[in-house]
Amino acid sequence: MSTIIETHGLTKRYRDKLAVNELDLEVEDGEIFGFLGPNGAGKTTTILMLLGLTEPTAGRATVCGFDPTRQPLEVKRRVGYLPENPGFYDDMSGWENLYYIAKLNRIPDPEARRRVKRLLEQVGLGEDGERPVREYSRGMKQRLGIAEVLVKEPRVLILDEPTLGIDPDGAVRILELINNLRQEHGLAILLSTHLLHQVQGMCSRIGIIVRGRLIAKGNLTELGSAITKDAGITLSLEVSGPADGLQRDLRALNGVIDAEPRGRGWFLRCSRDVRPELVSLITQKGLTLLQLKSEELTLEEIYLKYFREA
Amino acid sequence: METVFWKEMRDHFSSWRFILLVSIILLAGFGFTLWSGQTIKDAASDAPTEYVFLLLLTLERAIFSVATFLGFVGPFVGIILGFDMISGEYARGTLSRVLSQPIYRDSLINGKFLAGLATIAVLWFSILFIFLGLGTSLMGFPPNAEELWRLLIFTLVGIVYVSFWLALAMLFSLLFQRTITAALAALAAWLFLTLFIPILAQALPVLIVPTPSTPEQQALQFNIERMTNRVSPVYIYSEIVRNLLNPRAHLIQMMSEQVSGVLATPLSLGQSLLLVWPQVCTLLALLAICFGISYIKFMRDEIRA
Repeated sequence: MSTIIETHGLTKRYRDKLAVNELDLEVEDGEIFGFLGPNGAGKTTTILMLLGLTEPTAGRATVCGFDPTRQPLEVKRRVGYLPENPGFYDDMSGWENLYYIAKLNRIPDPEARRRVKRLLEQVGLGEDGERPVREYSRGMKQRLGIAEVLVKEPRVLILDEPTLGIDPDGAVRILELINNLRQEHGLAILLSTHLLHQVQGMCSRIGIIVRGRLIAKGNLTELGSAITKDAGITLSLEVSGPADGLQRDLRALNGVIDAEPRGRGWFLRCSRDVRPELVSLITQKGLTLLQLKSEELTLEEIYLKYFREA
Repeated sequence: METVFWKEMRDHFSSWRFILLVSIILLAGFGFTLWSGQTIKDAASDAPTEYVFLLLLTLERAIFSVATFLGFVGPFVGIILGFDMISGEYARGTLSRVLSQPIYRDSLINGKFLAGLATIAVLWFSILFIFLGLGTSLMGFPPNAEELWRLLIFTLVGIVYVSFWLALAMLFSLLFQRTITAALAALAAWLFLTLFIPILAQALPVLIVPTPSTPEQQALQFNIERMTNRVSPVYIYSEIVRNLLNPRAHLIQMMSEQVSGVLATPLSLGQSLLLVWPQVCTLLALLAICFGISYIKFMRDEIRA
């Protein structure tokens, strides 16, 4: 394991707005790093700095051992970048678009043709390669984009919102494709997204960026335990029968911080496990217990929690 | 850079708007040439023997001559090739994808500009050759050496002129990232330089010297008019064309006092060139300035789309 992408105090300032604020980030070889944050948090700006497409105001970045500001060509030779909403030359076919990129990468001819053909098949566009891109659906364009970043046989992939605006089925296919790529080629992948469930399934580590600051990073359990430490446990409760005054009783229970109605039941935040007391309380009141379960923190809650605290 | 160059060339030659424009130029060019050819034949005895061939280009029938027509459509060719050069890439979202490939950023803008230049050169030389062929079959004899030289230089200057418009359109396509805005801005610039500068050139002398009484004042008025006109590259180009294609043109521009004592003979090629040299340099400088600004702007821009 070695570090492929590393940033120290990376900062970008646009006039009076701080887009990226002292970002420290590292992506290891062969991992998928989920770069998570709401729209406008500074994800794309960070990526542009990693590629040398824009210059950082302060701090430095290293990609594959090169400084993107000083040696952008060396970085671009090794990094495949799929921008948000990638555009293609509409009147050219998918094949021609890829071939153009191959030529820009100075790949000699027979190899370029072979590679383009193989990649089109790999992303499932083998039969549509000759059609002009203007006839492609959004999902097809996105898959063409993934084929395109692979043309140069990169060591790192930087994917900016690869599933934006694609139907769930298409999104799953693209994510599977990305996952296979990592397994086959051992690529390091920086996956920027604002969609949580995607990150949850496939990223080995996650960084959450809000308003230009990286407020948390680590794997899912690390992120979760950082929150639950002070939050205790959450329970959801559902009963049947006349539940008058139950909410007051619940709140009076020692260890319950908050109880609020949710759906047909209650949602409890507790400092400790109060399930035994709850069961006896419900029996005392002559109610029937339908459901009582402890809720694990999902990434969404972690994310929202971090997001609101920032 | 070659990759970008060839791709852009391919795009230019296969784009509908370019094909459309070329057909219009060729059709109209044919018409005008045939027309002036007929006129010259009808009055063959009046034609000056030294440069009958050039007359084909400059003879003014109805509104304008073939040369004026070419000067008129030239800016359009430049604008049409250049207005979406950069803004089009922004609009399609291809710029960041291409620039994340291992190429220097300037090889994109250089390749694009050179492709435009080459397209213009191909077009203008085709026009020259077609004109030569058509002219020879119309007149029944080929042009003489001096006429050939003048035609060749006329073509080269035409390429520089159209390239200036290409560079201007490219600059606008960088300044306004929206394609339509860029196109409109370039057209507005063209309209301003072709229509408003001449109007200004007529109005200014009268404003500054209301009632010229002495020859000095007349000369001043004349100079103000000419200098105002020369703000516009359109006028500069027309000056070049006039002097290049009509060896007697210098006589027309002079004021009556100056003409007395001047031999009314056509100028030699060298003398004509000397006369238009400053204008040619101005065009080249304008071209370089427009391209330079675009280049610097493009290199410093942050590419987000």
